[in-house]
Amino acid sequence: MQVIKLFAFSVLVAVGTTALADGGAVTPLLPKMEQECSSCHIAYRPNFLPRAAWKQVMATLNKHYGTDASLSDADTAEIAAWLEKTALDVGEVPPNLRITESFWFKRKHGTNHVKAEVWQRASIKSRSNCQACHVDAAKGDFNEHKIRIPG
Amino acid sequence: MKLTLTTISAVATLAVTLPFAASANPILDGYKAEIKGTFTAAAGEKLYKTVGPNQLSCSSCHTDSPKSAGKHAKTNKAIDPLAPSVNPKRFTDVATVEKWFKRNCNDALGRACTTQEKGDFMTYVLSVK
Repeated sequence: MQVIKLFAFSVLVAVGTTALADGGAVTPLLPKMEQECSSCHIAYRPNFLPRAAWKQVMATLNKHYGTDASLSDADTAEIAAWLEKTALDVGEVPPNLRITESFWFKRKHGTNHVKAEVWQRASIKSRSNCQACHVDAAKGDFNEHKIRIPG
Repeated sequence: MKLTLTTISAVATLAVTLPFAASANPILDGYKAEIKGTFTAAAGEKLYKTVGPNQLSCSSCHTDSPKSAGKHAKTNKAIDPLAPSVNPKRFTDVATVEKWFKRNCNDALGRACTTQEKGDFMTYVLSVK
């Protein structure tokens, strides 16, 4: 049990620090990745998913969480290679391949931090809509002191 | 009207060039050349409003008018207007156009769009002033 707690804590720390939750440099995104992956939502940070999960995401773009997000073969290969190099081999592939179902996400956004009704607000709509509250999410800044939960 | 040389030349030039007159959009011309057919804005408008098997139509994200700013149906991400009359960057890069036709036809119609459909769609959106 102690080992599991220690592991869980280290995952939180790894994701927390690299996600600029507590300050530090932001990993610059590959420009093509940022451009293509912010077509419909913000470009999620590479450290939000383990490397193995990104591999699955890039291999199934035509079935991307219920939509067709396919790219040219060349663009897919370029972005996949960068993610392979940049993402960490930390943590488990989350259920349904969803960042929002990751262990660390659920810990940080649990009901002790965010009341259940907040997710129903039209200004927020979904847990995957980071920038609704993390106003600088698109810049990779998830500093918890900059959170503004809209009404 | 006097049939001066200028008038005759002007009319002759028009007579020669009009049949080959390009629409203002080379991508649309490409589709036209591919199937050697005609496109209509009416057919394009009908396609735009067609609700497909996923309960989605083009208007689900792009709103009922291509001139309006839209919103992603799931993520709320703002979408710039589609009509070049309002947003001149639209339909200028063939790779971008093909990329979005591939994705969005699959989502909205459950299948790829035919060249006829792409041409009709573009003809409609380009006509919205």
